Amino acid sequence: MRNTFEHKLGKLNNDLIRMGGMIEEAIASAITALRDNNNELAQSVVDNDIRVDDAEKSIESQCLSIILREQPVARDLRKVSAALKMVTDMERIADNAADIAEISLIADVSAIMHIVKEIQVMSEKVIHMVSGAVDAFVRTDITLAKTIIEDDDEVDELFISIRNKIVDLIKSESCSGEVAVDALMIVKYLERIADHAVNVCEWVEFFETGEYKNTQII
Amino acid sequence: MENENVKISTKNVNLYYGENHALKDINLDIKTNRITAFIGPSGCGKSTYLKSLNRMNDLVPGCRITGSFLLDGEDIYADGVDTNVLRRRIGMVFQKPNPFPMSIYDNVAYGPRVHGIKSKAKLDRIVEESLIGAAVFDEVKDRLHKSALSLSGGQQQRVCIARAIAVQPEVILMDEPTSALDPVSTLKIEELMNTIKDKYTVAIVTHNMQQAARISDYTAFFLVGEMVEYGKTDDIFSRPKDKRTEDYITGRFG
Repeated sequence: MRNTFEHKLGKLNNDLIRMGGMIEEAIASAITALRDNNNELAQSVVDNDIRVDDAEKSIESQCLSIILREQPVARDLRKVSAALKMVTDMERIADNAADIAEISLIADVSAIMHIVKEIQVMSEKVIHMVSGAVDAFVRTDITLAKTIIEDDDEVDELFISIRNKIVDLIKSESCSGEVAVDALMIVKYLERIADHAVNVCEWVEFFETGEYKNTQII
Repeated sequence: MENENVKISTKNVNLYYGENHALKDINLDIKTNRITAFIGPSGCGKSTYLKSLNRMNDLVPGCRITGSFLLDGEDIYADGVDTNVLRRRIGMVFQKPNPFPMSIYDNVAYGPRVHGIKSKAKLDRIVEESLIGAAVFDEVKDRLHKSALSLSGGQQQRVCIARAIAVQPEVILMDEPTSALDPVSTLKIEELMNTIKDKYTVAIVTHNMQQAARISDYTAFFLVGEMVEYGKTDDIFSRPKDKRTEDYITGRFG
């Protein structure tokens, strides 16, 4: 009965899924580029960031147009408002992936990644969280969303432990201060990406249940 | 919901028009000083329910009603209830503005006069206060003795609201009060409802879902004679419990 509206919601959903694919690729490529010191791949992550920015703008504009023209309620309203909130986090994830890629363009931190093995563990965990957040959204799977939210504690612990190890490396002068600082920034970006993945999952929960962080906000 | 007073309590209400079972076991409490909206597709029973609250269905041949209707705990269908008194306590505003073919002043003074008020000073005061209460006084104060039919539709409807509140009802029933009005008049009446709810309990039937969402505190959704869902308006329009409510308010019904 509301074919035009259904079509608009369908397009919004597809565009979110497509953007989800872009950010998954961005973070996975940034980590690979870092590990393999692959500048070409790193440059592609930096260059592709503009596509994610464009996707964000397009999704925001679609949401505002739907609110203006269709006055969505109930599940439709939750979908549009969740989309409007989560694109911001998705865009930040891609930004942080580009930040990591930029560091790998100017510095070779593969050696430090070799010494501090947990950086690899942490990056895999973060890639898993981003993919999980996108999947949770695509399938509206709140069980998965909850699991991803819980995973964030591990990432936070890894961050503290890696930070301490980097501090030790600096103290023992086992690596250059510059590389150590770059490595620290990378793990901070990873930690932020995990937080944004959590935010996306919280909006998935809101879409399905109407509750945001266990509180009814509408 | 629990902490608010109940103005009208209806329990196990069934209503038949001859063979047609128009209301099926409705249980619903209307809260004091709140606006309750009734939504649902045509023929769902929402107007029938509204009219049963001040016994407007008594006049319909073949209409049979069972169940209990309590206004402040008193049965409004009990033997000996004077429907004139009941309808003074529970007033009504209709879809199409229906001013009497007389002056604005006489329209508003009509009810008080019927109820025995004769003093001109007193009637003047009631008319003025009622027109102010209905947010139309400033527009008509210089032509109170002109025919109410000379007013615009929106003004006529507000005069009808003034006529309804002139007898100081406790409850005002509104059956699609803005469906014949332009957007500006509609917004004036919606504003008005918001200001009068401190004094009155309002029950409104509307086909305009955005209107229900804008103005009401509670919303009841009716479908083929059943009350499917009733709850706080914020809840009904953000996360309805019943799929039929969700389908209706999101336009996926039918």
